[in-house]
Amino acid sequence: MLKINNLHASVEDKSILKGINLEVKAGEVHAIMGPNGSGKSTLASVIAGKEEYEVTDGNILLYGEDIEELAAEERAHKGVFLSFQYPVEIPGVSVTNFIKTAINANRKAKGLEDMPAKDMLKMIREKSELLEIDRKFLSRSLNQGFSGGEKKRNEIFQMAMLEPKLAILDETDSGLDIDALRIVANGVNKLKSKDNAVILITHYQRLLDYIKPDFVHVLYNGRIVKSGTAALAHELEEKGYDWIKEEVNA
Amino acid sequence: MSKYTEDDLREELKTKEYEYGFFTDIESETFPIGLNEDIVRAISKKKDEPQWMTDWRLEAFKVWKEMEEPDWANVNYTKPDFQAIAYYSAPVAVDPNKTLDDVDPDLLAMYKKLGISVDEQKKMNNVAMDIVVDSVSVATTFKKTLAEKGIIFMPISEAIQEHPELVRKYIGTIVPTTDNFYAALNSAVFSDGSFCYIPKGVKCPMELSTYFRINQGGTGQFERTLLVADEGSYVSYLEGCTAPSRDENQLHAAVVELIALDDAEIKYSTVQNWYPGNDKGVGGVYNFVTKRGLCEKNAKISWTQVETGSAVTWKYPSCILKGDNSVGEFYSIAVTNNYQQADTGTKMIHLGKNTKSTIISKGISAGKSQNSYRGLVHVSARAENARNFSQCDSLLMGNACGAHTFPYIEAKNKTAQIEHEATTSKIGEDQIFYCNQRGIDTEKAIALIVNGFSKDVLNKLPMEFAVEAQKLLEISLEGSVG
Repeated sequence: MLKINNLHASVEDKSILKGINLEVKAGEVHAIMGPNGSGKSTLASVIAGKEEYEVTDGNILLYGEDIEELAAEERAHKGVFLSFQYPVEIPGVSVTNFIKTAINANRKAKGLEDMPAKDMLKMIREKSELLEIDRKFLSRSLNQGFSGGEKKRNEIFQMAMLEPKLAILDETDSGLDIDALRIVANGVNKLKSKDNAVILITHYQRLLDYIKPDFVHVLYNGRIVKSGTAALAHELEEKGYDWIKEEVNA
Repeated sequence: MSKYTEDDLREELKTKEYEYGFFTDIESETFPIGLNEDIVRAISKKKDEPQWMTDWRLEAFKVWKEMEEPDWANVNYTKPDFQAIAYYSAPVAVDPNKTLDDVDPDLLAMYKKLGISVDEQKKMNNVAMDIVVDSVSVATTFKKTLAEKGIIFMPISEAIQEHPELVRKYIGTIVPTTDNFYAALNSAVFSDGSFCYIPKGVKCPMELSTYFRINQGGTGQFERTLLVADEGSYVSYLEGCTAPSRDENQLHAAVVELIALDDAEIKYSTVQNWYPGNDKGVGGVYNFVTKRGLCEKNAKISWTQVETGSAVTWKYPSCILKGDNSVGEFYSIAVTNNYQQADTGTKMIHLGKNTKSTIISKGISAGKSQNSYRGLVHVSARAENARNFSQCDSLLMGNACGAHTFPYIEAKNKTAQIEHEATTSKIGEDQIFYCNQRGIDTEKAIALIVNGFSKDVLNKLPMEFAVEAQKLLEISLEGSVG
């Protein structure tokens, strides 16, 4: 599904990603861990197509197609979803209105008519129940005055509504209490299928207790320096990142 | 018997000469350019007005001559040469040979985006109708319904003929001829406009709209509107049109007067979409409007406006809260793009006890435009327990535009409660990227953000108008982000 080859990227001439190689197949869950400033969020933004980031070398293939020239919305239309670490506020635009606009924009890109209101309502009801979202929440302005937990739950709600092929969850666990974490993880697990894939970007092993990764990668200084199974995450939890840094720098 | 002096003779000759000139002039479509007493008389005569109306116009003209064009607004433009304008043009007649194919294709494309029906497009472009369309019969039905309730709704020129007592009683009582430069000018030369009277206790059963009498003659550049809601009555009035108006008249100076007698309520909604000039700042309408309403006891006036057009806008719909417990509201969205300039806001004058006012102003600036809110909240010494809440929000797009807020507060009574909130925000790249990531393209993202920003005001518009206004906002800002 996703194949990243020797990806180099920089922002404002500062080189951040220095040769990433990663392959994600349908049905897989990959966790990307690493210390602060290692390039995790940059990788997520580059895949999603944020303009400030410039790919200086290598490429990203989605279903075999190089997506370098595609705008962020075109990547979204192809099934890329990013759950933001810091979701933005859009005052006056309700959660419902926003998701309706997004769904219809994606349908339009596929040459489909707007989703009938009845279907939309039904889907919103189903997915909000899945994430234990209160009906009143849906009429609030997007992310405005939301608690950290509400913001993340809203991100996963949008993911549930948009049914992406590739979901990248950027530190979705940060700022969540244990109940919210359980709800969010539960939502993600229910949405997982053999046709889609998930990349979890996280600092902590905690989330991986709930969403079981098939692979764990350690990102350090713009490169994936170690890959393994879920056991690697436990090792990191126990020993921290220093031993990896030492290994790399040795 | 008085002596017939040489002076008298000269006067008579002058009048004769003028009358002669006048009669030749009415053969043509447009009066000669320039403004003097004779032109004012000619306009009045052309409309067959009673003497009191002619005198009123002349009085206004006298005042105007002594006045100077105001320059305190935060706008910059070349002052019009008032002697280079023709002050009367006959309404453009329907041309039987004209079809929609003759209309500017850009204009047609815009109509399509706004979802305006073909019949309406024809009306707006003075294209003859092939068949008797529904809207004509609808208009007739409207008129019947209104007449049954005793509601008077007609061009003000007709009202001067048919209901002179009402017009004479109220015209100029809220916006006196001496009020300001443009109001004085309008009083002297107003071409036409609307008159509306709602009798005691009558709730007007439909939205009154200048729009549905659009084919009863264009209203021109000096429009005069007078709306009287008698005791305990209610009316919602819609002015303007979301379709673009490519008027060639550069100067527009309208006057609107509202009178809400005891326990009456007037809701006045405007969508202004005059030609804003091109993206280089060339052309466009100067819109200098005086709008004011008077509230008697327990009365309420709400102004709602969506301003997207004109090169220069100067407009402050205001409420005089004279009666105890009266309520004034002002809800405004002003969009400026390219080189547009808007200086708009309101005045809430609290005179009565327990009077309340609310001001919600949303300014959206893009391109190289300048957008100012200017508002006054005045609480007089006798206005016990007056309350005001004002909120002025500005949204900026790009780095070359400006947003300004000039709130003035004058409180002469200690019991007054006045709140003012103001915010300025910018459409951030992060917001746009967030929308993009969800599959929403940049143009649609901006529309979404702007509509969210404007929601509090859009909600105040009558339903059918709100949908069109929403689309209009999107179109006005098209291409504003590269």
